[in-house]
Amino acid sequence: MKRRLLSLLLCAALAAAAGTMTSCSGSDGGTTIYVKNWGEYMSLGEDEMMNVNEEFTRQTGIQVKYTTYETNEQLYTMLSTGSTEIDVIFPSDYMVGRMVEEGMLAELDFDRIPNYDLIDSRFKNLEYDPESKYTVPYLWGTVGIFYNTTMVDPEDVEDLSWDLLWNEKYAGKILMFDNPRDAFAIAEAKLGYSLNTTDEEELRASYEELLQQKKLLQAYVMDQVFSKMATGEAAIAPYYAGDGIVMLEENEDIAFGFPKETVNQFVDVVCIPKNSKNKAAAEEYINFLCSTEVALANAEAVGYATPQTEAKEELDPEISEDPMFYPPQEILDHTEIFQTLPKTVNQLMDDLWIKLKISRN
Amino acid sequence: MKAKKAALPYLVWMLLFTVVPLGLVAYFAFTDDTGRFTWNNILRIGEFIPTLWESIKLGGIATVFCILLGYPMAYIVSRSKAHVQQTMVMILMLPMWMNFLLRTYAWMTLLEDTGLINSLLQLLGLPAAHMINTPGAVVLGMVYNFLPFMILPIYSVMVKIDVRVVEAAQDLGANALQVFRRVILPLSIPGICSGVTMVFVPAVSTFVISKMLGGSLNMLIGDVIEMMFVGSSLNFNLGAALSLVLMILILICMAVMNHFDDDADASGGILL
Repeated sequence: MKRRLLSLLLCAALAAAAGTMTSCSGSDGGTTIYVKNWGEYMSLGEDEMMNVNEEFTRQTGIQVKYTTYETNEQLYTMLSTGSTEIDVIFPSDYMVGRMVEEGMLAELDFDRIPNYDLIDSRFKNLEYDPESKYTVPYLWGTVGIFYNTTMVDPEDVEDLSWDLLWNEKYAGKILMFDNPRDAFAIAEAKLGYSLNTTDEEELRASYEELLQQKKLLQAYVMDQVFSKMATGEAAIAPYYAGDGIVMLEENEDIAFGFPKETVNQFVDVVCIPKNSKNKAAAEEYINFLCSTEVALANAEAVGYATPQTEAKEELDPEISEDPMFYPPQEILDHTEIFQTLPKTVNQLMDDLWIKLKISRN
Repeated sequence: MKAKKAALPYLVWMLLFTVVPLGLVAYFAFTDDTGRFTWNNILRIGEFIPTLWESIKLGGIATVFCILLGYPMAYIVSRSKAHVQQTMVMILMLPMWMNFLLRTYAWMTLLEDTGLINSLLQLLGLPAAHMINTPGAVVLGMVYNFLPFMILPIYSVMVKIDVRVVEAAQDLGANALQVFRRVILPLSIPGICSGVTMVFVPAVSTFVISKMLGGSLNMLIGDVIEMMFVGSSLNFNLGAALSLVLMILILICMAVMNHFDDDADASGGILL
């Protein structure tokens, strides 16, 4: 009993200490901004690299509360319920369109973001934000196919096509995206449709294609792709090219290629939600992210491509000249950026996706 | 009066975190995304009956395995010496000190085709077995994760069984099997009932286990609901409708269990 009392007291002491600590950090320095980013999507001081948030606090005195999320949809839910304080977010292209439509984003004051000039104009005024009012491009990339060279026949990847993900020879060894937009995009590309098709027939045909594929799949995965490919558990997986930096490092038998059909090019951007209470500080943060030094650190740590021109030039040529990370123009010519789909189309895709996921074959 | 006052915080807690959320679930289930009343969400449940059935089936199988494994274990623990009991209970609880996700992840690396078990089998010259991404792997994950929730309630009922009752039965000429069937089993039924509730309910609604060990190919109803709230297909209304139906199904199951519980109390009374 005595011991229990002691541990209780210790707990209470800890709680009190934690309480005073938080109140301290709240009172000095003044401003705190709340940043919500994807996991593993910023240089946070691993491998002796820059810790972007600490550096920002050191230079400006603004505290950064940094947390992560896993999917665009999760972020959308957090914003739409409005339950938590959020000042800076990093949604992807198609989600931005939806957020703009629903009035969730604040217009940025670009006078406070002078480093915006360093962003490659190729990434400005894209469909999701045609007048570049709400977004600053953060990182971009493409989707391609990772495969294990010891498990896949060379002739099957010679003229690489999305058909590889439907090849019965590799039944049980194929992984697939566990989110509707990326999964449908692959089926649509395979069938020669636009990745932004709104045609019901085309979506239903893509669904049938995915249903056929399900029999051959090992699993629908997102982040688990890393361990499953690294150990040789799976042979083939479509994934974001930027993650090749991790994937190829863990298993040298893994190779990457772009299929000959259309592939998705994505842009993740930085935005400020409309109900942010620290918009000026958030803009300062965005400007900081766009500075060459920080953009370089982030590009190196994350592995995705940076739209910041100076940072790209300073990047190790081994990376900036690698077609996996920075594809040449002939690859970019057959990429397509996701657009925001009309609500009814989204609904249909979601319904078909659920139907696919609960089907038993 | 005093008791009532003491219960007030719990009442407020229940109201805020149980009753209000339940009301919200019901509200979402019967409205569309513009907030208008609709039956559509409930009508769409039909599409998910195979998934619901699969979840109940796998949850049920896992519960049965938990009883088969947990009951003898609880009996052994309850018949051990006091200090041994403490150690045994602690060992049973030990895995729960680790994060649930981590433990399930560990099973993934064990069960994979290139995982530890298959590597070991190959080393011994035995044929490899395909285990991961099958319903069996999901059941295994459920049994592993929820087994302590079966053992502990049965154990806590069993330690309270008066040894003299068992001795009395033996004195009256009951053999070991009769003692078990006529005395120990009836007296431990309340423990089994709460164990079943504590295993079956989370097993039916789990979504992490089926995602990790089932490869997201064998979706359970929990996966579908998760997809609709934070996952890849946002649809609060349909998700709420599914949750509501799942809740009703679980309530029915629990009512059936409680019925057994009452019977046990009655017969227990006669026995004593």
